[in-house]
Amino acid sequence: MRPLTATRTPVIHRSKSLAGPDADFDSGARSEAEPKLRLRGARLFGRKSNRFDPAPSRLSYRVQRWMLTPGIRRGLKLGLPVLAICIAVGVYFGSEQRREAVVAYVTDLKTSIQQRPEFMVNLMAIDGAGTNLSEDIREIVPLDFPISSWDLDVEQIRDKITGLNPVKLATVRVRPGGILQIDVVERQPVIVWRTRAGIALLDETGAHVERIASRKDHSNLPLIAGKGADVHVDEALQLLTTARSLGTRVRGLVRIGERRWDLVLDRGQRIMLPTERPVRALERVLAVNEVQDLLERDVAVVDMRLGQRPTIRMTKAASEDWWNTKVTVGSEQ
Amino acid sequence: MMTDLYQSQRAMRQMRRQAMQRGVVAVLDVGSSKIACLVLRFDGTGRLSEDNSIGSLAGQTGFRVIGAATTRSRGVQFGEVTAMQETERAIRTALQAAQKMADIRVDHVIASFSGANPRSYGLDAQVDLEGQVVSEAEVGRVLNACDVPDYGVGREVLHAQPVNFALDNRSGLIDPRGQMGQSLAVDMHMLTVDAVAIQNIVRCIKRCDLELAGIANSAYVSGVSALVEDEQELGAACIDMGGGTTSVSIFMKKHMIYADCVRMGGDHVTADISMGLGVPAAVAERIKTFNGGVHATGADDRDLIDIGGDTGDWEHDRRTVSRAELIGIMRPRVEEILEEVRVRLDAAGFDHMPSQQIVLTGGGSQIMGLDGLATRILGQRVRLGRPLRVHGLPQSATGPGFSSAVGLSLFAAHPQDEWWDFEIPVDTYAARPFKRAVRWFRDNW
Repeated sequence: MRPLTATRTPVIHRSKSLAGPDADFDSGARSEAEPKLRLRGARLFGRKSNRFDPAPSRLSYRVQRWMLTPGIRRGLKLGLPVLAICIAVGVYFGSEQRREAVVAYVTDLKTSIQQRPEFMVNLMAIDGAGTNLSEDIREIVPLDFPISSWDLDVEQIRDKITGLNPVKLATVRVRPGGILQIDVVERQPVIVWRTRAGIALLDETGAHVERIASRKDHSNLPLIAGKGADVHVDEALQLLTTARSLGTRVRGLVRIGERRWDLVLDRGQRIMLPTERPVRALERVLAVNEVQDLLERDVAVVDMRLGQRPTIRMTKAASEDWWNTKVTVGSEQ
Repeated sequence: MMTDLYQSQRAMRQMRRQAMQRGVVAVLDVGSSKIACLVLRFDGTGRLSEDNSIGSLAGQTGFRVIGAATTRSRGVQFGEVTAMQETERAIRTALQAAQKMADIRVDHVIASFSGANPRSYGLDAQVDLEGQVVSEAEVGRVLNACDVPDYGVGREVLHAQPVNFALDNRSGLIDPRGQMGQSLAVDMHMLTVDAVAIQNIVRCIKRCDLELAGIANSAYVSGVSALVEDEQELGAACIDMGGGTTSVSIFMKKHMIYADCVRMGGDHVTADISMGLGVPAAVAERIKTFNGGVHATGADDRDLIDIGGDTGDWEHDRRTVSRAELIGIMRPRVEEILEEVRVRLDAAGFDHMPSQQIVLTGGGSQIMGLDGLATRILGQRVRLGRPLRVHGLPQSATGPGFSSAVGLSLFAAHPQDEWWDFEIPVDTYAARPFKRAVRWFRDNW
């Protein structure tokens, strides 16, 4: 506070350095309005950047506005590096030689990894197959060991093996230790099928198992014959099971006209079964046989083709015999 | 010519709508002493606070200032462009700095300027309604029916705002749309300025690669920001003491009803000091800012101000002046300005206003003791006004010198309905040339 009494000493205001917005204003707003982005060229021509009245040149003003445009900014930030990389890669791969070198390098690297001993397969082991079958398998899967497991097409090998007739199921895998393990389940023959072309073994689904030379080798298996019999093996098996009580009298089944079955017994006897429900018809015949000993008699054919009218054909001798009996009986009267 | 103006103003409104969609607009206050540029970002409509009160920002929350810059104005005198190149460079400087701060490119700008001899006209018209209900088309029709005075060649309409609607015998309607009645009357306030001044500003802005989205008189916009709501409602005058001009605007019922401009301002005070003391203008400006005043006291005789100089002459460089002398130079000029303002207010009939509040704002109103002097000349109810607070405004831009820049941003956010916001009725728009031809035919034969 100034004293209330008058003093002689005058108060002199010295100019102080300004502060705040006034300082900016006084200095031509140098700190605030001075654009940070200036073209360097201006300085070359001797213009001082802190002139009294700074103003951006038209060019620098426009450049700054471009730089503030979102699209251009994004383009510079992202598009330019991407473009540069693209150009560099393009130039490098422009020449055939370099392209091939890179491809060769990649191939080398790939092979060197694939040829490592950890990946090599040295032998093939086949389990569950007979000698013949395993030889067949080795024949259709020609591999020259050692081979890299990368080059093995396990799926294809399995499909090839499953394609063989006697093979029901096959699994193929590479076992640790460099072994190609093939597990095979063989088809079991249940029936012998005789055709004009030869004799073959069939499994329960009717699939072809093996061609054989003689029936004698498989005398324990039942016999079927006729064209198209292999398609109905399951039905044949049912019929044979039903006819079990006939024992050794059963010779086999014949497919007639690719439509129905004939059960052939010894002494040339035949049971002609219908197309529909042949098992039921056979059961009827067997029931009659049990009571009347039908098949023990001199009967040539039991015709069950029409269910409402079963028919019996006698042998020639028997019918002649019957006629004679009738004649005698008739003459007696 | 009227249609021309109508079209160009509509184009500017369209531009403003585009800017709103983009969300960024710059406001540019082209003054005689400084050019201020604010970059605004619009983020949706203004939201009220939780308790539904208006809040401290008077509901002006729809935008945010994200960039602000000022630069010393060049080539502008009395609020008019006198040197196009210089002004363009100054605008570029301010805009570039503001863009840099906002870190965004601005393409639309809303400008204000103070000079160019604004002149106010009060227009009125009355039409009978075609239907019972006042529709938008009816408002357009009554606005178009206003008898436009002959405001002279080389002048342009800057504002044409409907300030009052009357429906039958009910007056004082703010928005008559949807109301029932027989006849609709309107009072319109029209402000015209020199066309050349507008064209110059438009050209300067075009040369900066910017689109003009609106143009306003700075007397109007500083009134919008410096007057508080009840002053605008009850009636008040805003006196914006700028560098080259002192603009006067009178508000009533939230509408400007009169605007004028005195071609004297703070720069003249500085020039007086510069001449009186024999110092450069920059030194005079600083002495005015730090030591200026209009009321001399006994202590001021002993306050010696070092006015300096760098001629190398010791005697010359050690000059001092007492503060009383400085005040003696400044006071007559300030008085002259205020007297001139008084004359303009009297001419406008400010005496008859119900409330005679006067608000001083603008950079010149920071002279120490000005309110006391203004009370003697203008009337008892004088206060110093500062602009409304808006979001994001830097501290350095909250002074009274920025009231027109801030007002302009309020104007950008919520422009008042003007004549060109309503459709011209089709019959006058299309049939007028034909009517004129018929009249010419009848007059001549």
